[in-house]
Amino acid sequence: MTKDTRLTDAEMRARALSRWEGEGGALAPPGAADSIDESELRITGFTSSGRLTMTSLHVTRRELLELAAATGGALLGAQLLPGAAPPAAAQSTGASPARLDVALRVNRTAHRLTLDPRTTLLDALREHLHLTGSKKGCGLGQCGACTVLMDGKRVKSCLSLAALAEEREITTIEGLARGEELHPLQVAFIERDAFQCGYCTSGQIMAGVACINEGHAGSPEEIREWMSGNLCRCGAYDHIVAAIQDAVAASGSVRGG
Amino acid sequence: MHPFILERPRDLAAALALRAQAGRTDAPAEYIAGGTDMVQLLQEYARRPDKLVSLAGLLDTRIEIGSQGLRLGAAATMAQVAAHPSVTEQFPLISEALLESASPQVRNQATMAGNLLQRTRCPYFRDIGYAACNKREPGSGCAAIGAENRWHAVLGTSENCIAAHPSDLAVALVALDAAVETRGAGGQRDVPLADLHRLPGDTPHLETVLEPGEVITAITVPALPAARRSHYLKVRGRASFEFAVVSAAVALDMNGDRIRQARIALGGVGTKPWRMPQVEAALAGASLEPAALRSAAALAAEGAQGYGHNDFKIELMQRAIVRAVATAGART
Repeated sequence: MTKDTRLTDAEMRARALSRWEGEGGALAPPGAADSIDESELRITGFTSSGRLTMTSLHVTRRELLELAAATGGALLGAQLLPGAAPPAAAQSTGASPARLDVALRVNRTAHRLTLDPRTTLLDALREHLHLTGSKKGCGLGQCGACTVLMDGKRVKSCLSLAALAEEREITTIEGLARGEELHPLQVAFIERDAFQCGYCTSGQIMAGVACINEGHAGSPEEIREWMSGNLCRCGAYDHIVAAIQDAVAASGSVRGG
Repeated sequence: MHPFILERPRDLAAALALRAQAGRTDAPAEYIAGGTDMVQLLQEYARRPDKLVSLAGLLDTRIEIGSQGLRLGAAATMAQVAAHPSVTEQFPLISEALLESASPQVRNQATMAGNLLQRTRCPYFRDIGYAACNKREPGSGCAAIGAENRWHAVLGTSENCIAAHPSDLAVALVALDAAVETRGAGGQRDVPLADLHRLPGDTPHLETVLEPGEVITAITVPALPAARRSHYLKVRGRASFEFAVVSAAVALDMNGDRIRQARIALGGVGTKPWRMPQVEAALAGASLEPAALRSAAALAAEGAQGYGHNDFKIELMQRAIVRAVATAGART
């Protein structure tokens, strides 16, 4: 019988807390005085492939204490981010780069924003335009939950700087339906029960729309290969593939993007 | 991310004047184009440049084919090149290498030049939780040697760095004798792809021969009829969306059922894309019989050094050569 190497919940919590680190490796920012109440915190963990990942969080010290108290330290980056401060929040270094005027075109609507240059397209959509359908899973281009269409092509919005997405037509999950009429792939996802927790779903649907429009949805095998940039931790893959096949069958010319 | 100034120059001349530099840890400014690797590095604090210079909209995106060969604009995306009819027909190796890279989303964003200049996937380079990384912090040591290192290189390593080069495209291009066209303060020049990347030696933080400010403007691949009979074999831990453990790029010029000339390069095993001239020489005049392929492939192990967890790559790369040559040889 092999030894069970899984960590207990308590061990997981202890590890998560021990990995919290600020700029320079300590929880508190270097040279931090008590007057500094904002710091950048990082959680490090391992993916199943053994690769190290980190998620940056921007929270105030007060928020951190409240969250830690509420969760016993077992915090997950993705769930925290919607409530976190904007990504342009003051850094532990104290430096704040010049903000940029950025013109974005999202779901056929023009927006003018003033953004920290570090703002990703995903953060601009979620935190500044309040289009929270696109999700931040890993923030590193690995999970696909942030997938949007840029000039009709699927991209990972977490890997684009918002300031470099000017003059591009962005389509998010919020722009897919026509009023109350859902996109055929949205309908198929509901009918096929192609999700469980739903966190990856908007990214799956945006990638699926592109997959169909590209002509890469000819067989289950082809769909699996061309949807490999979108992970589903609930494992709804069979239903996702079926939903994409349904949407292909439902409409000769699936619109979108 | 560390705070940075984002420059969005109006033209290439203005971008060059800012003297950003790709692939150098000590450069105060770096270029950003597709951004798929750079944003990851920024998010993980593996790179903390004070200034980013955007090349968006400043570089050629055209894909041209003529009697001289193939010319890929530096800003053509991986998806555009992979799907281009001339590439799939005349250089299937390039198309295969691209389609086996990354995910459809990333391939829509990432550019040709950016792919060549992406940084290693060495987890000790990317995770600043490890203090020792000569590539990230010169002189700090190498956390990979003596530790978990199944992803690392067995060719071209030094006592200072054993990080593998991650690009599939670069492996295919090295096999095809491609070159890059660059533009910088010193004007324009052509650099053979085989010379673009440096060995780590004592300076693993210097990854390419590009000078400050110098940008890749295009990739050129000489016309090569044999490139039609080519194959990119990628061995990896999962079927899709994963970097190579070992890969083999093969192009064969056949004379009947014998090999006239073989071109072979390997990925996942070298600190840079690795051409295999000794295997190519042994395959000249050889048949496609498995025994002949195996004895030629055995020469790939010359000079290879394992570091423990990656010892298996020395055997695996020989088997990858055998299978890739057999697959390419079976093509008409």
